[in-house]
Amino acid sequence: MTSFGRSIRLALGAWALLLLMTVVPASAQQVNPTASAVKEQQLLQELNRIQGRVSIPDQRSGVLEQPQGREWREFRNVTLRWIGGIAILGMIAGIVIFYLTVGMVRLEAGRSGRTIVRFNGFERFVHWMTASCFIVLAISGLNITFGRPLLLPLIGFEAFSEWSQWAKYAHNYLSFPFTIGVVLIFLMWIGGNIPSKVDIEWAKRGGGLIGHDHPPAYRFNGGQKMIYWIVVIGGGLVAASGYALMFPFYGTGIEGMQMAQIVHSIVAVLFVAAMIAHIYIGTIGMEGAFEAMGSGEVDVNWAREHHSLWLDEQKARTGPNDGQPQPATAAAE
Amino acid sequence: MARMKFLCDADRCIECNACVTACKNEHEVPWGINRRRVVTINDGKPGERSISMACMHCTDAPCAAVCPVNCFYTTADAVVLHSKDLCIGCGYCFYACPFGAPQYPKVGNFGSRGKMDKCTYCAGGPEADGSKEEYEKYGANRLAEGKLPLCAEMCSTKSLLAGDGEIIAQIYKERVMKRGYGSGAWGWKTAYRETIES
Ligand code: HEM
Ligand code: SF4
Ligand code: SF4
Repeated sequence: MTSFGRSIRLALGAWALLLLMTVVPASAQQVNPTASAVKEQQLLQELNRIQGRVSIPDQRSGVLEQPQGREWREFRNVTLRWIGGIAILGMIAGIVIFYLTVGMVRLEAGRSGRTIVRFNGFERFVHWMTASCFIVLAISGLNITFGRPLLLPLIGFEAFSEWSQWAKYAHNYLSFPFTIGVVLIFLMWIGGNIPSKVDIEWAKRGGGLIGHDHPPAYRFNGGQKMIYWIVVIGGGLVAASGYALMFPFYGTGIEGMQMAQIVHSIVAVLFVAAMIAHIYIGTIGMEGAFEAMGSGEVDVNWAREHHSLWLDEQKARTGPNDGQPQPATAAAE
Repeated sequence: MARMKFLCDADRCIECNACVTACKNEHEVPWGINRRRVVTINDGKPGERSISMACMHCTDAPCAAVCPVNCFYTTADAVVLHSKDLCIGCGYCFYACPFGAPQYPKVGNFGSRGKMDKCTYCAGGPEADGSKEEYEKYGANRLAEGKLPLCAEMCSTKSLLAGDGEIIAQIYKERVMKRGYGSGAWGWKTAYRETIES
């Protein structure tokens, strides 16, 4: 009898256990096993970037999400085009207006017919090597910035890609002689380009650009020193950021690459604007200036009007005639 | 036409890398290039989570917007594809892409960059569907055969879903209702400017 009762109790107990077993999983289903795991929105709010570990060699791909690519897109497609457009077109417009109202800065005393060496062959070689590389770099670079809206619709997809591919090769390869040129310019002309008191006076008198003023200057005047430092600092910045773009992800992540492009492109478009002004003054902006980088010799009157202190220095060192046969009257100079 | 999307149900991903392997094999993706990868956050710590990620085929795709030669196009299924004939390998799409999808085989200047390669949603490229040229440049075109991306098909836990955005969102919602929790559709807000409320 007791054994029967025990069996009943056992059966009841087993049945209750069975019931419990079916009930427990049903409620456990509501437990979230990954409740403590990270959440997307919370990670994005903290860092604006989600990064983790990957088991493939490409460690860059550990960045899961970087919504700031959107801000970079805005910079590249909108902000940069405005900065570049305003800087370059503004500079061109300014120069056109200046040329039409003031015109070429003439040699007031006319040409003396005697010349003085301003840049030797090596200096001119470095200048033209850097300048020609710069022009190709500028055109191929601006093609990346403005080619898609401006040139692509005109020549079509295939031709534009073909051209852009060659432009990219040119941009990549010519970066090396350009960088060498900037370094040589830095070393070669640093001596004459340290800012001094003379430059303040020169700047106060507006560089003599307007009117018939001729503020004194040594070998390089205030404006030329400015161009020098723009080339050295601007060239240094575009080179550093440019090599970062050319050899991507060496020692930097995605944000570093975006930053490199931002620095490179802003400095580049401002650099182009500054060089347009430089080219203007060196050619149609000022009579007698081009020869300095052409033949390397300038007219003595040009030197007197624009670089009086330099001319005095040169005279003191070598005498006014600089080894050239001169007419006898020139001794009065 | 459907609006194709990917959805990684992070609560189910076990970092088995089946999707990665399936993709590499199906498209004969070159060495060093991964069109899809699994990222593990807080690896080995409490709160660890793995997410499989490739190109999300974004709405108003950032890569397409910044490409200097405009070589991207969007198919009728909203799949974002590009032409390797037009690409100049500048790397800009990688800077704009929120998901690190574009990849560059090392064949370009100075061994730095070749033509961009990325997930095609198993939909090939501009060449004729299923042609040899298409396969060589972009891999298989499963979509043209009426099949979905192989990564999702191969997913061992069905964490990774591919297909019409509305249908996979529905599947995900039902899952979340049934099991009672869900960490949301990772990347959807960034890629599609929308999330799945659950
Ligand atoms: C000095 C060495 C330089 C290097 C290594 C360099 C490298 C690069 C690289 C790698 C790019 C990315 C696009 C591409 O792959 O083609 C680029 C873009 C660009 N570069 Fe350079 N560059 C240099 C100098 C210059 C100079 C001197 C200029 C201007 C005069 C310039 C103007 C630009 C511009 C405008 C862009 C396009 C920016 C954009 O729209 O995103 N670069 N450069
Ligand atoms: S995930 Fe990246 S590559 Fe894919 S469409 Fe979006 S921006 Fe383009
Ligand atoms: S790498 Fe190719 S696809 Fe990407 S932005 Fe540059 S040209 Fe366009």
